[in-house]
Amino acid sequence: MLDTPRAATEPVARSRTARRVLGLLALVAVLAVLAVLSVAVGSRAMDLGQVWAGLTDAGSDSYPVVTELRLPRTVLGLAAGAALGLAGALMQAMTRNPLADPGLLGVNTGAAAAVVTASFFMGSFGFTGTVVFAFTGAAVASVAVYLIAGAATATPARLALAGAAVTAAGYAYVSAIQLMDAATLDQMRFWSVGSLVNAHVAPMLPVVLLIGGAAAVGVLLARPLNALALGDATATGLGVDPRVLRVAGIAAITVLAGTATAVCGPIVFVGLVVPHVVRAFTGPDQNWVLPYSMLSGAAFLIAADVLGRVIARPAEVQVGIVCAVAGGPFFLYLVSRRKVARL
Amino acid sequence: MTAGPLVVEDATIGYGRVAISEGLSVDIPEGEFTVILGPNACGKSTLLKALARMLKPSAGRVLLDGKDIHSQPTRAVARRLGLLPQSPIAPDGITVADLVARGRYPHQGILKQWSAEDERVVAEAMAATDISELASRGVDELSGGQRQRVWIAMVLAQQTPLLLLDEPTTFLDITHQIEVLDLCAKLHREGRTLVAVLHDLNQAARYATHLIAMRDGEVVAEGAPADIVTADTVQQVFDLPCRIIDDPETGTPLVIPKALASARI
Ligand SMILES: Nc1ncnc2c1ncn2[C@@H]1O[C@H](COP(=O)(O)OP(=O)(O)OP(=O)(O)O)[C@@H](O)[C@H]1O
Ligand SMILES: [Mg+2]
Repeated sequence: MLDTPRAATEPVARSRTARRVLGLLALVAVLAVLAVLSVAVGSRAMDLGQVWAGLTDAGSDSYPVVTELRLPRTVLGLAAGAALGLAGALMQAMTRNPLADPGLLGVNTGAAAAVVTASFFMGSFGFTGTVVFAFTGAAVASVAVYLIAGAATATPARLALAGAAVTAAGYAYVSAIQLMDAATLDQMRFWSVGSLVNAHVAPMLPVVLLIGGAAAVGVLLARPLNALALGDATATGLGVDPRVLRVAGIAAITVLAGTATAVCGPIVFVGLVVPHVVRAFTGPDQNWVLPYSMLSGAAFLIAADVLGRVIARPAEVQVGIVCAVAGGPFFLYLVSRRKVARL
Repeated sequence: MTAGPLVVEDATIGYGRVAISEGLSVDIPEGEFTVILGPNACGKSTLLKALARMLKPSAGRVLLDGKDIHSQPTRAVARRLGLLPQSPIAPDGITVADLVARGRYPHQGILKQWSAEDERVVAEAMAATDISELASRGVDELSGGQRQRVWIAMVLAQQTPLLLLDEPTTFLDITHQIEVLDLCAKLHREGRTLVAVLHDLNQAARYATHLIAMRDGEVVAEGAPADIVTADTVQQVFDLPCRIIDDPETGTPLVIPKALASARI
């Protein structure tokens, strides 16, 4: 009797797992190709031989461009894309809201508010200074959202409301400072659209370590998030404390999205669209959604950046604009085609 | 009498500053099928939430196996106590087998992932609730009754000696209601301690071995169904004038509501 259900489910389950593993491998392959493209493409295009020489031969012509500009830019693109994809997936899982994105925690406005404040009081500062202020602002904003939402008693709906309130207040504040002090506008120009052009001056090691650490924590949350998907009550029954899980999730999202935003400026749509598309392929199991979102986020951002370097040559279009232009309509299409998945 | 595995001790339970029950004491007897009865909004689900550690009493305690339930690791509690809430949520696109498999959460760990044992327990839980043929179907394409059995299978896969079920028979037709109750009775016979909220007095009288009748957050009566289901208690709990006769099938009390004079035509 017990053989019946196993016989019925196992072939289906196995072919589905095979499909998911194959998809993951394909994604890694695409990522590798995109990474090479990202090093090769630019105002001065290179062939594969030049890329290889640039990576390995310090004496070659392409070495300075590759190691000082294109490689950091590619690494940053991969890290920021992975961070935003994963942060978006975590945010959607944690709030059970398929339209949530990390910006909902106030990360973007928090970062912008901190940068204008610092620039208003201190004048201009270097890029590392900007990154540090932005990251701090992002962290402060998401803690504020969590506290306003009622801390331990925060529910998904209250988090969304608190996030919207903090974001609105943050924008008002940023605009007010900019009106009072034109000089901050200059410092802030970078903040209106996300971009990877500052990769060569970014503190790469801390960025990669922060994102790597938070990503490890984030991916470990997959199983409790699967329990949380059944509602807070069922999750509690299964031995998950939703309050603890939310704190861990918000911490991971803040570091992931906060770091990416601090270095690249606000990049919208990656955290919103990527997990959405991923779920359509993997189904609702977070054990797959989270790694897939991470890899797809990296691929999406790198692809958008390469595209931005190609379409307006010799100038380039910032990756934030490409993401918005590519992601916006695609998202509308998704929403209109299939009903938005309830989580 | 020794205290049962789940005890509420002089507890105040509520939401925020609003207390639903004050000074509530309830003892869930070991190995019994306890049914909680009472009118809408009297605090049945609230009591169940307190028993399931979802609500922390602002005064008093809830004890699991003699120890404060909130002082025990929540995953350890989840291996002792399973909960089917009144309105659980199924994520879009999840299959029946995957939903039932999520009941294994408290038995797994970072290093102890999906095992053959998990596979076996999930298959058994689906067989026991008669949903094996539905295994690869999407939960969102099932009928309400099928879905309810999937949720019960999920809680069964948790393999807990104690089960709390909030209205397991809502949305079910009469046949499936009886099926679910028979399943509960079987689980009870196999040695589990069950606590269920039911709305049907006659079903409660037939299946429960222990009844708790509540009104306005308080326990009004408690004991064996034959002692509890009386015209007086029903009047007191539900404001319902009724007659009690013997259920011709089982001999348990059967509640016959009186026809109101004004309703007679
Ligand atoms: N999450 C909540 N926040 C605030 N008040 C609540 C909450 N849930 C229930 N209540 C209130 O607590 C009281 C008891 O509700 P409870 O859900 O325990 O009733 P119940 O006996 O299970 O009723 P029903 O038979 O309708 O399920 C009600 O007055 C209800 O409005
Ligand atoms: Mg209820």
